[in-house]
Amino acid sequence: MFLIECPWCGPRDETEFSYGGEAHIARPVGGGHDMTNAEWGHYVFHRTNPKGLHRERWVHSHGCRRWFNVVRDTVSHEFLLIYKPGEKPDLPALPKSPEPPDGPGR
Amino acid sequence: MSRQSFRLEGGGRIDRARALGFTFNGKRYQGYAGDTLASALLANGVHLVGRSFKYHRPRGILTAGVEEPNALVQLETGAHSQPNIRATQIELYDGLTATSINAWPNVKWDLMAVNNRLGRLLPAGFYYKTFMWPRSWWMTYEKAIRRAAGLGRAPEAADPDRYERQNIHCDVLVVGGGPAGLATALAAGRTGARVVLVDQLPELGGSLLDESAGTGEAWRQSAVAELAAMDEVTCLTRTVVTGYFDHNFLIACESVTDHLGHTGAQPHLPRLKLWRIRAGQVVLATGAFERAIGFKGNDLPGVMLAGAIGTYHARYAVTPGREAVFFTNNDTAYAPAMAMAAGGARVKVADVRTEPGAVADRARAVGIEVLPGHAVVSAAGHRKVRGVMVASLGAEGQVGDPRYLRCDLVGMSGGWSPAVHLFSQSGGKLAWRAADACFIPGVPAQTTRVVGRANGTIGLSALMAEAHAAGADAAKDAGFSGSGDAPTLESDQPEQAPLQPFWSVPAKPKSERKHFVDFQNDVTVGDVRLANREGYRSVEHLKRYTTLGMGTDQGKLGNVPGLALLAEMQGVTVPEVGTTTFRAPFTPLNFGAMAGRDVGEFMDPARRTPMHDLHDEAGAVFEDVGQWKRPFYYPQPGEGKDEAVNRECRAVRNAVGMLDATTLGKIDLQGPDVPALLNRIYTNAWSKLEVGRSRYGLMLGEDGMVIDDGVTSRLGENHFLMTTTTGNAARILGWLEEWLQTEWPELKVYANSVTEQYAVAVIAGPKARDLLGEVTDLDLSADEFPFMSWREGTVAGIPARVFRISFSGELSYEINVPANHGAALWGALMETGEKHGITPYGTEAMHVLRAEKGYIIVGQDTDGTVTPLDLGMDWIVSKNKDFLGKRSLTREDTARTDRKQLVGLLTDDPQAVLPEGGQVVEELQDRPPMTMIGHVTSSYYSANLGRSIALALIKDGRQRMGDTLHIPQPLGGPTLSATVTETVFIDPDGSRLNG
Repeated sequence: MFLIECPWCGPRDETEFSYGGEAHIARPVGGGHDMTNAEWGHYVFHRTNPKGLHRERWVHSHGCRRWFNVVRDTVSHEFLLIYKPGEKPDLPALPKSPEPPDGPGR
Repeated sequence: MSRQSFRLEGGGRIDRARALGFTFNGKRYQGYAGDTLASALLANGVHLVGRSFKYHRPRGILTAGVEEPNALVQLETGAHSQPNIRATQIELYDGLTATSINAWPNVKWDLMAVNNRLGRLLPAGFYYKTFMWPRSWWMTYEKAIRRAAGLGRAPEAADPDRYERQNIHCDVLVVGGGPAGLATALAAGRTGARVVLVDQLPELGGSLLDESAGTGEAWRQSAVAELAAMDEVTCLTRTVVTGYFDHNFLIACESVTDHLGHTGAQPHLPRLKLWRIRAGQVVLATGAFERAIGFKGNDLPGVMLAGAIGTYHARYAVTPGREAVFFTNNDTAYAPAMAMAAGGARVKVADVRTEPGAVADRARAVGIEVLPGHAVVSAAGHRKVRGVMVASLGAEGQVGDPRYLRCDLVGMSGGWSPAVHLFSQSGGKLAWRAADACFIPGVPAQTTRVVGRANGTIGLSALMAEAHAAGADAAKDAGFSGSGDAPTLESDQPEQAPLQPFWSVPAKPKSERKHFVDFQNDVTVGDVRLANREGYRSVEHLKRYTTLGMGTDQGKLGNVPGLALLAEMQGVTVPEVGTTTFRAPFTPLNFGAMAGRDVGEFMDPARRTPMHDLHDEAGAVFEDVGQWKRPFYYPQPGEGKDEAVNRECRAVRNAVGMLDATTLGKIDLQGPDVPALLNRIYTNAWSKLEVGRSRYGLMLGEDGMVIDDGVTSRLGENHFLMTTTTGNAARILGWLEEWLQTEWPELKVYANSVTEQYAVAVIAGPKARDLLGEVTDLDLSADEFPFMSWREGTVAGIPARVFRISFSGELSYEINVPANHGAALWGALMETGEKHGITPYGTEAMHVLRAEKGYIIVGQDTDGTVTPLDLGMDWIVSKNKDFLGKRSLTREDTARTDRKQLVGLLTDDPQAVLPEGGQVVEELQDRPPMTMIGHVTSSYYSANLGRSIALALIKDGRQRMGDTLHIPQPLGGPTLSATVTETVFIDPDGSRLNG
C-alpha cells in the first residue's frame, strides 16, 4: 500500500488514488490525421513497461480529483519525484534498489 | 473431570486460584487461567490432538507457539466456530469447547488412517500422477480427496460478531515484545518518538516469560512499566503483525475479546481489530523458530521441540513427560533438559556433535546422561512415544548399532531459523549464514532494521546492545534523540559451542518415508528425495510438487530443512538451491477482521432517489443499477413481471407513463470553452447549439469505440448540463477532468457532478402534454417548446427545468426539480395524471420502449469493441472537425465493412423471446462447435407490437437484411430462427416524438 504525496493535499493512502498509466503521452496535434496507422496505433496502444524509473500519472480521485505526475521506481516502488501537469523535471539518478524477491511463486 | 497430573507443583505464570473447565473432543478437563489450550491439554496428559493432513497419522503438540503445524482445532461450534486454530495460541477460558480436525469418526479411531498404511502408494505428486485421467472425472475425485484431506470446517451461519479496523501512524514500529523488542522500544520511546510496540502474547516479554523470577524478570517488569508510563508509546498485546507491505505499511490483528470466548465477550467491543499501521521506521524483533530433525517417527505424539518443552515447563508449570530423551545438534536443548531434570524427570541427551561444549558438562553435573556423537534414529509407540532407538554416528555419517531407550517424551532441536518472514515480505533480501545454518536478513528494501534472534544474534547481552542501538538509530532517523544507556542483562548460560548442521538421520528409503520435514502437509525426507530424483530441483518446483511449505503454517518449521535437504542431495550449498519467499499473511488472518465494518450496507451502500418511498408504497419491485435502487416494474395485484411490464409499455404508447430518471448522471459544465470541450469529446458538432436547446451526443475512446452517450443542453451562454448513462456518471466526469487537466489545460471549463442535486420525473406518452399543461406555467405548444429543447418554469408550483427529450420515442418531458422536491413532484403528477391514465413504469418497460425504437444502451448493445458506424450511427459522426477517437475510425480494422454491426432480429415464432447473449450462427450443425457470427444484445417481448423483438451485433449484419439466422441454446431450450431487420420497430419516421 503506497503512501502518495498529492501535490495539493499532502501524503495520503494509495486507496484514495487512481493510476493513470504512463505520463507524457501527448495527443498528436490536430488529432493525428496526417499520421500513418502504425504511428497512430503506437500513440493509442503502446506503452513502455520499464524495470526501474517510470514517469506515470496518478489522480487523487477520492480527494481533490486532480491529476499529477510522478517518477516511480517500479522495482522498489519508491516515488522519487512528484510534479504537476505541464512540468517535466529531469529524471533523478536511479537509487540503488535491491533486486525483487526471487521466485516466480505467487 | 481428569486431574492435572502433569502439572508441576510450583512455578509458572498460571493463576492456580482460577481453575477453568473446558471440553476437548467431548471430554471435560480442567486448566488454569494463564494456560493455553495446548498447555492445559499437556497438563492433563493429552498429547494426541489431531490427525495429519494426508496420512491421518496421529499427531501431538509439537511447539508452544505460532509455528504449530499439528495441534489445529475447531474452536467452538455454530456461527462462532473457527477452523484450524492453533491450540498453542488459544488462551484458555471457562467453558471452552474444541475438537480435533481431520479425523473421522474420532481422533483415536480414525478410519482414514488406512492412508498411513498405504503411504508407500501415496508419494509426492501422487494426486497429479493418478487423478489426471480421465480428465472429466477430476470433479468426482476432487470431492473425495477433499473429504479425506480436509482441514477444519468453515461455520455455515453468518458471522454474528463485530470486527473493527483502525489506522495508526508512528515514528517507530517495533514488532515483537521479547527482550530485543523491549530494549528497542525503550531506546526509541525515551527520545519522545511516537512508538508502537506489537506483540502476539497476552504479556510482553517473549522468551523472558520463561523465567518467573530472577534478573530477567526484574528487568522485564521495569521495562514494561517504563514503556507504560510513556505518553507517546502504544503497546499492543495479543496482536500479530501479519503483513508488511510497501512504504512501511503493515497490518496487525488484535484479539480484543476473541480470547474470552463468545460467552465472555462484551457486546460493545469487537471480537478482533485490524490495525493498519503506517510507520516511519520499522524494527523487527520477531525472534526465531526452532527446527525439527528428521528421524523415523519424529511426528509421534510426545515428540516435541526442545524449546517448547522448556516453555511449557517454565511458563505453564507443565511437564510434558517424566522420562525424556533430547536429540540436538546445538546447545539450546540443554536448558530445557536441565529444567526437566530439576523437576525430577529422568533425562538423556543425544547430541550429534562429538564435542558438545561446556553446557554438556553442566548437564552431566545435574545427573543427565549425555551421548555425544549420537542420534535418535527412530521413535517407537502407537499414538504416543514410548521409547527411541539411539545410535552412534560415524564421521562419515555411518549409523552404528542402535539401542533402545525407554521414554515418554522426546525433545528435538535442529537449530534455529530466524523469523525473517516480515523482513522478506517487505522486499528485503535474505542471506545464508552457514555457521548457524540459517537465513538471516540481508539488504533491507525499506527503512527496516532487524534485531535479536530474528537477526541471528545469539547471546542475551549482545542482543540487548544491538536492540538498543537499533531503537536509538531508528528514532534518530525519525528526528529524535536521547535514548540513554543500553540496558545490561547478562545470561547465566556459558558461551555457546557451534551448531553442527544436521537435518535428517541417514537411513534407508523406506525409513525416510517416515522422517517428517513438513508436519502439516505430511512431506517427508523421502518425498524431497523423490522430487529431486524426478527433476523437481528448484525450490519452487519442490514446493509445488510436494506441497512443502504450504498450508496454514506456511513452512515455518519445514522450509529451511526442506531446502537444506535438497541442497544436500544435489551436493550444493543452500543459497545455490535458492531461498524461499515469504508472503503475507504471516499467520492466517480472519476474514471478519479483514472486512471490519465493511459488511452489508456499509460494504455496498444503497443509493435511493427522493421518490423511493413512493415507489415502495406503489409496490415496485426494485432493481440494482450500480448502487442505485431503481423501480424495475410496478406489479398490480395478481400480476407477474411480464403482465406488469406489458401493461406499463402499453400505457406509455397509448396514454401517459411516468419514470423516475433521477439516477441518470448529470454533469454541470460552466465556462466559455464548454462548446470547444464538447466538440472534442463528442462525435458531433456543438458550437451552434443555442441556449434553450438540447442535443444528443456520442463519446468515443481514443480507440474509436463508443464509451457513453447522452443529451447535453445549453442552459446559458457559458453553462451546459450533460447527462450520462446511470452507471457511467462518475467515470465520465473523470474522463472530462482527465482531458481538461492533462491535455487541454487552456480550456476554461469547470465540471461538477449534480446527479444528486436534481430529482427527475419523465412523463411520456400521447397524453403527456395534456398532463403537464395542467400543472405548469410553460407554453407547451410544439412551436414554442419543440422536441430537443428545454424551458425553465414551474411544475406543480416547484421551480423546474423541463427538457423535451425522449428515450421512449413518445412525446416526452423530463422534469428536473431540486432533489428535495422530488417526492412532491411525483405525488402531484400522479394525482393530476390519474384522469389521463398515468402509469408509473420501471426500468424494464423503459428498456422495452427504447428497444422498440432501436435506441442503444451503452454497455448492453455495446461492449467496448463497437464504433458508431457499427451501430449504424454514421449520422452523428462529424466529418468537419476532430474529436476523440476520430483518427481510429479509419484504422484498418475499424474501417472494415464486414465488422459486427447492430441489426434487428425478428423471430420466426413471434412469441419466442431470444435469450440475451445468445450466440447467432448462419449454418446450423447437429452439435457445437458451430461458427458464431454474433450475439443477441437486447431482447424483449413487445406488447405494443404483439411479438418479440431483438437487437444483435452480427458480422456484416447490414448486408444480411432479410436473411434467416439461427440461435441455438445448447444449455437448454429449442434452437430459434430469426430474420435480420432494421433496428427501428415502431414509428420509424418519428411522428409520435415530434408531435
